[in-house]
Amino acid sequence: MNRAPLIFLGIFFALAFSWTGIVLTNQISYGSLQPVYDETEGKSFPQQTPGLAARGKLVYQDLGCIYCHSQQVRRPGYGADIERGWGERQSVPRDYIRESRVLLGSMRTGPDLRNIGARQTDRTWQYLHLYDPQITSAGSIMPPHRFLFETRKIIGQPSPKAIQDKLPASARPPAGYEIVPTERAESLVAYLLSLKDTYAYPETKNVYVEPAAEAGKEEKK
Amino acid sequence: MMVPAPSLATSLNPATSTAEVKRAELREIDASTKWPALFLLGSAVGWLLIGTVFALISSFKMHSPEFLGNYEWLTFGRARTAHLNAVVYGWSVNASFAVAFWLMARLSRSVLRHSGLLIVAAVFWNVGVTLGIYGILAGDSTSIEWLEMPLYATPLLFLAYALVGAWAIITFRFGKSPHIYVSQWYILAALFWFPWLYSVAEIMIVFTPARGTVQALVNWWFAHNVLGLWFTPIGLAAVYYFLPKVLGKPIHSYYLSVLGFWSLAIFYNWAGVHHLIGGPVPAWVQSAGIAASFMMVVPVIVVAINHHMTMVGSFNALKYSPTLRFIVFGAVSYTLASLQGSSMAIRSWAEVTHFTHYTVGHSHIGMYAFFTMVMFGSIYYIMPRILLKEWPSATLISVHFWATAVGVIIYVVGLSIGGVLEGLLMNTPVLAHKLGLQPTDDPVPFLDIVRRTIPYLVSRSVAGVLMTVGHIAFAINFAWIIIRSTQPAASAPTLFRSPPDMEVAAQ
Ligand code: HEC
Repeated sequence: MNRAPLIFLGIFFALAFSWTGIVLTNQISYGSLQPVYDETEGKSFPQQTPGLAARGKLVYQDLGCIYCHSQQVRRPGYGADIERGWGERQSVPRDYIRESRVLLGSMRTGPDLRNIGARQTDRTWQYLHLYDPQITSAGSIMPPHRFLFETRKIIGQPSPKAIQDKLPASARPPAGYEIVPTERAESLVAYLLSLKDTYAYPETKNVYVEPAAEAGKEEKK
Repeated sequence: MMVPAPSLATSLNPATSTAEVKRAELREIDASTKWPALFLLGSAVGWLLIGTVFALISSFKMHSPEFLGNYEWLTFGRARTAHLNAVVYGWSVNASFAVAFWLMARLSRSVLRHSGLLIVAAVFWNVGVTLGIYGILAGDSTSIEWLEMPLYATPLLFLAYALVGAWAIITFRFGKSPHIYVSQWYILAALFWFPWLYSVAEIMIVFTPARGTVQALVNWWFAHNVLGLWFTPIGLAAVYYFLPKVLGKPIHSYYLSVLGFWSLAIFYNWAGVHHLIGGPVPAWVQSAGIAASFMMVVPVIVVAINHHMTMVGSFNALKYSPTLRFIVFGAVSYTLASLQGSSMAIRSWAEVTHFTHYTVGHSHIGMYAFFTMVMFGSIYYIMPRILLKEWPSATLISVHFWATAVGVIIYVVGLSIGGVLEGLLMNTPVLAHKLGLQPTDDPVPFLDIVRRTIPYLVSRSVAGVLMTVGHIAFAINFAWIIIRSTQPAASAPTLFRSPPDMEVAAQ
C-alpha cells in the first residue's frame, strides 16, 4: 500500500490550516485598517513619520536596537507597562498601520520605547545617552554609540549641537575640538522623538481600562 | 569495520549472508553520501565556530557594554544577530541538511543520486549565508527577527532550497524500501514546510509588507515554525533513527510515533502567536496560540514515552556510546523545552517571563540542548561511516560532551533564574513585593532591575566559555578525522570506554 500521497496531503493541510488561520484571516480582517481622520484637528492619525525620522528608523534597524527594546505597550492590568510610564494607553493595531516595518520587539533588556518621544523630549539628553549611556544612566548595560558622533576641529563658530561640554572631564576632546552628532545620530534621535502614541482612537477609549489602573495613572501625574 | 568494502556485485552474491548483503548495501549508500555530507558538515562546523565567537562577544557585551564598544560592526544589536544567523542558518541548517540526506538515503535504501546537485545547493546556501551575515554586520539588517538577512542574500538561500527540495523528491521516488519510516515522514514534512514558511514570510514582511501588526503575526508564525516544523522534525527524525540503531532494538511503539507526528504537525504551527501575548494583535489569535501551545503537550509526552520506553533496560549503553549520549541528552531536552514552552503560554506566567532573559534560556534549551546536541550525536555516528575511519580521540569527545552539557545547563539555569527575577521586578511589581523582592508595590527603577540581573548575565558568559571549549574540542576532532591517514589501529567504533561483555550494537 502506498500511503505517501495521504501522508503528503496531511502534511499540506497541517500547515495550510495555520497559514489560513493566522496569516490569511488576519490579513483579511484587519490588514486594511485605515487611519482615523480627526475633524477638530484637521489631521488623520496615526501621522506619517517625517522624513528625517524615517531615515532614523533605518539607523534603529541597522544597529539592532530592537533586540533590547520593544515598541508595544500592554494593556493596564497586564504587566506594568502603564505603571512604568511607558505609555498612557495600550498599543492597538491602528498605531502601526503607517509603518512599512513594524518593530514590536520581543525583549525588554531596556525600557519599551513606543512613547519615548513623549517622555524624554530633551534632545541633548538623547545625544548624551547615545554617546555613552553611563553619562545619563550610570550602571546601564546599553552599549555606547560613540561611532555615531564625530570629533572634529572647531573651525569658526563652534557647532550648537556639540556635546563635549557636557561630557565628564576624562572623556572630553582636547581644546579646540568638538564632538558633534553625525547625520545618522541626528536622524536616529529625530526618530526616537517621533515615537509617541498619544492620540486616542475610538478603540482605545474604553478597552480594558480598569478603574484601578486609571486611578494609578492619576497618582503618577 | 576492517572488512574491505565489497563491491555491490559481490555483496549481491546469493552465497553471502543477508546481513552481509545489507551491510554492504549500507556501505554503498554511505559512500554515495560522502562528498555532499562532508561539505555540509564541514561548513556546519565552520559556522558553529563563527557563531560561537559572535555568541561570546554578545554575551560579554551584555554585562560589560564597553567591551569592543567602539566598533560599530560589532555593536550588540549586530553581533547578537550575526550569532543567531550563523548558528541557525549556518550551523543548524547545514547540519540538518547533511543529517537529513544521509538518513533519507539510508532509509529509502537508495544510493544518493545527483550528489552534484546537492553540492551546488550547499554552495549556494553557504554563499547566501556568508553574504547575509556580512550584510548584518555592515548594517543592512532588516531587524525582522529570524529574517535579518538583507534582500541581496535571501534569493540565493531560496534557490539553494529549491534544489534541495528537488533532490529530496528524486531520492524518495527512487527509494527501494517498501516502507516509509517515521523518520522519513518527519524529514519529508520538514522539507516541504520550510520553503512555504520562508517564502510567505519574505513576501509578506520584506517584499510587499503587510499592513501593521499583521507583519508581527507573520513574523512569529514563521520564526516559531522554523523551530517547530524544520528543526524539531529533523531532530526527532535523527532521534527516531539513532536511538534504536545504536541500541540494536526497535522503537517502542510504531503507533505512538505516528500519533506523535500528527499531533506535532497539527498543533505546533499555531503556537507561534504566544510570542505576542498581550501585544497589539487580535485577542482571538492570541487565545488560539495559547491553546495550541497547551496542546503541544500531547506530541511531546507521546514522543517522550516512546523514547523512554525504547531506552529502558539499555541505560548502561550511555556509558559507552558517544552518539547515544548526545542523542539521549537531546531527547530529554526536547521534552523539557517543549513542556516549558507550553507553560510559558499560560497568560499569568507569560506576564512575568515575556520580554525577559528567561525566553532566551528557553530558546537555548530548544536549539542547543535539544537540536544541537542531537546533531552532534548524529555527526559522531555518520562521519566514521562515510570516511571509513574512526574518531581519533575519545578524550576529545568526552571533553566535548561534558563541556557542552554542563555549559548549557549553567546557561539555562542562570538565565531562567535571572529572567524570572527580571520579569517579576519589571512586569509584576505587586507580586515581586509579596515575594519580598522589593520594598513596595511600586515598580522599582529600571536601572535597579538591570543591576540585579547582571550576575546572571555573567553566569551566561561563563557557560559560553565552557561551551566554546566543547566546540573547539569537537572541531579539532572533526578536522583530525578528515586529515588523519586511513586505517587507524582501532577496528571497533570509538567508544568512551570498552563495554565489559555487553554487546553495543554500534553498526
Ligand atoms: C544591550 C541592550 C541595549 C541595546 C542594544 C540598546 N539599548 Fe537602549 N537601553 C538599554 C537599557 C538597559 C536601558 C535602560 C538604562 C538606560 O537608560 O541606559 C536603555 C535605555 C534607552 C533609552 C532611554 C529609555 C527611557 O525610558 O529613559 C533610550 C532612548 C534608548 N535606550 C535607545 C536605544 C537606541 C536608539 C538603541 C539602538 C541604537 C538602543 N537603545 C540599544 C539597553 C539597550
